Amino acid sequence: MFEITLAILVLVGAFFTLVGSIGIVKLPDFFTRLHGPTKATTLGAGAILIASSIFFFVSSGELSLHEILITFFLFITAPISAHLMAKSALHLKQKENGNETTP
Amino acid sequence: MKKIKKILPHPVLSIALVFIWLLLNNTFSAGHCVLGIILAVLIPRFTSDFWPEEVCAKQPLTFLKFSGIVAYDILMANIAVSRLILGPNKNLKPAFFNLPLDIEHPLGISLLASTISLTPGTVSCDLSEDKTYLIVHGLSINNADQIIDEIKTRYEKPLMEVFKPC
Amino acid sequence: MLEFALSVAIGMIVVALFLNVYRLIAGPGMPDRILALDTLYINSIVLLILFGLYLGSTLYFEAALLIAVMGFVGTVALSKYLLRGDIIE
Repeated sequence: MFEITLAILVLVGAFFTLVGSIGIVKLPDFFTRLHGPTKATTLGAGAILIASSIFFFVSSGELSLHEILITFFLFITAPISAHLMAKSALHLKQKENGNETTP
Repeated sequence: MKKIKKILPHPVLSIALVFIWLLLNNTFSAGHCVLGIILAVLIPRFTSDFWPEEVCAKQPLTFLKFSGIVAYDILMANIAVSRLILGPNKNLKPAFFNLPLDIEHPLGISLLASTISLTPGTVSCDLSEDKTYLIVHGLSINNADQIIDEIKTRYEKPLMEVFKPC
Repeated sequence: MLEFALSVAIGMIVVALFLNVYRLIAGPGMPDRILALDTLYINSIVLLILFGLYLGSTLYFEAALLIAVMGFVGTVALSKYLLRGDIIE
């Protein structure tokens, strides 16, 4: 039972991560590409980290807390880096268009 | 109360530091607790010049409820976005829209921007110079006004209750 | 069961890494490349964690933590560079 739960968590996490990367290749322009990594990849990484945390808690009996720290860190930093990248892309776009007003 | 303020200029930061220290060392032993508390007192003191304004968060329960809603929305958003990504490109309607802001607290604004980035099909791109609106990019926008309304009632209202000006 | 799931998951992540590398090389603009690098480091964290699960070892988490911190700093520095043409003002 426990193994099946872990296997499902791991597969779901890997699936979402893959979807984020497919989005990066498939979508037509930069701002749409931004959506894949900020959402799908973050959740995929979160699911796999939670699976790992459960696995090491059950197998060794000690609570492994590094995963929780990494999950928190990813969830806090993903929107910030997305925001900065979008901001720099907008800035470059404005430069190309010769300082027009914001879109 | 004033004495506490003098020793701990940012109580929330100190508590967060203790927890991060314990998580980083992967233990809850007494020695690391003491070391973590010492660090939590010293670090905010030495870096207090970087944190000029005081943060006063009110109504922790509202904040907890807000976090619950956001966690649920992140799950739903991911399923919706995955479907959009895997579907054909012509179903997408990418568009920019401006989200007028009522919230004034800087921490509130940054939390709102992060929530927008993590939830349904929207990424916050830029904040206007005078902090009155956010430029948001949506992946599939049919009706911008409806999405603005949803963001305002679902996310901005609880954040405004939590982060009132001191 | 778990081992099979882990092998499949590692395979999926490797495909994801290749897709990121494609965007890193082909990406028409600088923001695209930064985005590809950002996704690349998150995917490598996931790969490390999966490998740790596969071997049953907790040794890899420190490396994953370091990659998370350094990757974030790198993304911010590159975006800042595009934004201002300078990193430290």
